[in-house]
Amino acid sequence: MKCDHMKNLMMAFLDDEISGEEKTLFINHMRQCDVCAAEFEEFKKLKEVTDSMKLVEPEEKVWREYWSGIYNRIERSSGWILFSIGVIILLCYAGYKAVESLIADPDLDMFVKIAIFALIGGFSILLVSALRERLFFWKKDRYRYVRR
Amino acid sequence: MEICNDERLLLRRSRKGDKESFEKIVKTYMKRAYSIALGFVGNHEDALDLSQEAFIRAYRNINKYDTERNFFPWFYQILKNLCFNYAKKRKERSFSSVARGESNHIYNTVDENCDPSLIMERDELKDSLWKAINQLDDKHREIIVLRHFQELSYNEIAGVLACNKGTVMSRLYYARRELKDTLNHELGR
Repeated sequence: MKCDHMKNLMMAFLDDEISGEEKTLFINHMRQCDVCAAEFEEFKKLKEVTDSMKLVEPEEKVWREYWSGIYNRIERSSGWILFSIGVIILLCYAGYKAVESLIADPDLDMFVKIAIFALIGGFSILLVSALRERLFFWKKDRYRYVRR
Repeated sequence: MEICNDERLLLRRSRKGDKESFEKIVKTYMKRAYSIALGFVGNHEDALDLSQEAFIRAYRNINKYDTERNFFPWFYQILKNLCFNYAKKRKERSFSSVARGESNHIYNTVDENCDPSLIMERDELKDSLWKAINQLDDKHREIIVLRHFQELSYNEIAGVLACNKGTVMSRLYYARRELKDTLNHELGR
């Protein structure tokens, strides 16, 4: 069997994931091919070193508090969303009241009132357009789950 | 990997907003999630933060998840993407800044040899190996972490990576070969 076909069997043999028949095939090839045999020895030495390394487990306290860390963050994000909605509503209301009092002010020139309307109208159109574009392209983006 | 009925039931309840059910899912997989993240990013605080963030994202997107399929492969993709994006944003491998002293806090060396000089030599080799693992590209580092640190079987790795067993073996071969070459370079051979 060619050496190219041996690389998968080499891994399987190294990790004891090999069937009896494949094991025989592999061992026979090792006896005949010095290159593969030498490569196998190098992999074996590498595996000895990697097998002797174990990632350190944190102390038990970390696991006891793990879920509460997640729960708090989920809860806080809900809190932030509500807070943001409240702020937006209040800002819109305050803005509306300010504009209302400005428009109702008889001393304010007409062109200033027109300019205020144009400012608010233009800003609203820009905001809606940007949001709609974001939403539309996000939904249609075929690659949104692809890691960039 | 077969999904058990209990887990399926917990996931369905989680989709309806039952946090207690999701808590049970988290407790089942938290250690595995943490150790995978640790293998990818190399320090405890980041691994803890990223693994928790992965669970939060999974919870927020639980409605997109097909409860008939295994939870862990789906969750693993979220975790992996978070870890790799985090590592990229830092612009340098988080391991590369790990000094020899620090890296000992991440892994333990299982060595029954009592000769201090041999232990030191072995520790130096393992530090070099850790640095070499950190220099691997994402795909190769991933397979090394899953095989060596998670000790998953080939079938389990294939399930997690949604590929076949042959691909796992092939990827492992090239990852180990790159690791071997990088390690030899680290050791100045």
